[in-house]
Amino acid sequence: MNKLIMILVAAFVLPLLVPVLAGAAEDPVAKGEAIAREWDRRDRGYGDTSATMKMILENRQGQTSERKMRILFLEVPDENDGDKSMVVFDYPRDIKGTALLSYSHILKPDDQWLYLPALKRVKRISSNNKSGPFMGSEFAYEDISSQELKKFQYKWLRDEACDKSVCFVLEQRPLYENSGYTRQVAWYDKETYRLQRVDYYDRRNALLKTLIFSKYQQHLGKYWRAHDMYMVNQQTGKKTRLIYEKLKFKSGLTEKDFTQSSLKRMR
Amino acid sequence: MAVEFAGWAELEGKYFPNEPLYERQQQHSASAAIQPEIYHAWTSGSSFTFVPFYRYDSADDQRTHFDIREAMFLLPRENYELRVGVGKVFWGVTEASHLVDIINQTDLVESLDGEEKLGQPMVNLGLLAYQETLGVMDFFVLPYFRERTFPGRGGRLRFDPYIDVENEAEYEHSARQRHIDYALRYSNTFDRLDVGISHFYGTSREPAYLPKFDANGNLNIIPFYEIINQTGLDLQYAGDAWLWKLEAIYRSGYENGSYYAADAGLEYTFSGTGLGGMDLGLIVEYMYDSRDFDVDIATLITSGYIGSQFNTFLNNDYMIGLRLAFNDEASSEILTGIIREDLDNHASVFQLEASRRIGGNWKAELDAYIFIGANKDPLLDFLRKDSFVQLALKYYF
Repeated sequence: MNKLIMILVAAFVLPLLVPVLAGAAEDPVAKGEAIAREWDRRDRGYGDTSATMKMILENRQGQTSERKMRILFLEVPDENDGDKSMVVFDYPRDIKGTALLSYSHILKPDDQWLYLPALKRVKRISSNNKSGPFMGSEFAYEDISSQELKKFQYKWLRDEACDKSVCFVLEQRPLYENSGYTRQVAWYDKETYRLQRVDYYDRRNALLKTLIFSKYQQHLGKYWRAHDMYMVNQQTGKKTRLIYEKLKFKSGLTEKDFTQSSLKRMR
Repeated sequence: MAVEFAGWAELEGKYFPNEPLYERQQQHSASAAIQPEIYHAWTSGSSFTFVPFYRYDSADDQRTHFDIREAMFLLPRENYELRVGVGKVFWGVTEASHLVDIINQTDLVESLDGEEKLGQPMVNLGLLAYQETLGVMDFFVLPYFRERTFPGRGGRLRFDPYIDVENEAEYEHSARQRHIDYALRYSNTFDRLDVGISHFYGTSREPAYLPKFDANGNLNIIPFYEIINQTGLDLQYAGDAWLWKLEAIYRSGYENGSYYAADAGLEYTFSGTGLGGMDLGLIVEYMYDSRDFDVDIATLITSGYIGSQFNTFLNNDYMIGLRLAFNDEASSEILTGIIREDLDNHASVFQLEASRRIGGNWKAELDAYIFIGANKDPLLDFLRKDSFVQLALKYYF
């Protein structure tokens, strides 16, 4: 009898316990966080970046319009605070010279100042419209602003084949207020931790947008950047392609290049 | 070493539904303006910007005018920046009035909101060495004074008695336009609080007026520019969706005494998915001015001096404004506001500004001003027939 019980236990109960035991070793939340932490670690120390950015907006009828801007980023080493950025618009021409200075933060709203060149006025603006479209595009302000590790709660969902590689698939829930998303599902490739794709789910948890990253290039032998980001709004059919050009790292930008005085000098 | 060329040109039409009060005024007018911009930057970081401006107006010979908006050499250094030439400087945070802003003269014929300015000759040194901690200190030497523009005899929105701009203005100081004015401003940001403290000594940008009879015995008034001191404070605090704003000034040196004025208010921005990506901003501001506004123009004329309060009616008023930014492809925007003289005589000014981009280079702008009950306020009375709507088409190159 004892033997029979042992066999029965071995046959039926142990297999039930295996996933539980494996799960303890590989808790999806801990695993998701570890993956995100590794993604963040690989991007540390970039110092500063500058680039020109082109956006091609496409409506449902296939008509396109363009936005051109220059963008500067300054890494803020403190893990508990966000990076600084400056965007200067070049096209359409009516907003040429308009510039946006942002001090991004993790959970509290970003500090943002807008420079209006016609009035020579620096205006502090409210940054709580995180879900609003950036320049009429399919990118929201929260998609454009710096992606900080601690802005999200992560959960590993599965590993899955993607493109030519295998990806970690993570669920990322925004921890900051005023997000337009309940969650994002993100694909990171296993070798380089490059983001391949993000699905955005709206407040009703319906698929809203899909972002595909491509044309990755490695900079300074370390930092991978997608030079092409293609956002498709799955609910409206509108699309925006964002193209980075002239990407430069470590040009020696400092805090002084990200102040209201430098904002007034931008053009 | 590149030279950049940019700028804009516009066509504008104005329509006044009411018959004019004065001879030579029209019910409609057409206007064209151009403002090119030439920019040259050296590899050292220094730059020169040249921005001339010209407007032709079919109805108002004073609105037909030329100005050098900017002819500025900029030397940026790590610890300071030096600007020499003609330029524009904006100080302040509020929307309904711009009290603290005093470097540039208002180009009043361009727009009623006082936001269009004449180019000001200046030397400006900004000390930036400790800007992250101690803030920024700016010094200004302003060697030449620009006189305010006013509508001509054919122009609508003109004052009564007529401000005689065909003849020379009067000055308190014998150096007249060559009086050297000085200003300084300290500014700093403490987390969510932006602070500015400024002082100005020199020729008042806002004139007082002296009555004068012309050769035909008609009464006109001419601008009288006095030497004043102005101390200004501007504060802005950013909450999550809130912006709290305050501007306050104290001015002394006028013949009729010193005064203080303030504009305080807030801006709240509604946004989020419920608004489909739009921003809806609600602006409320209250304006106070300690000058005596209970004035009788006739008495002032007899006294031989009309105080600078003739330039404004914002003495005990509030403004409610609504800003709608659609965040769409055309950057469509509507800003509408009403200024109401609540505690006094219930005259109001309603204002609408709407704009929308067309393609990559064009923009259409619609503006309207409606003066309601203007006859109840002697400082608005002469505008009682001047409500208007204006459409402009702007090409950016």
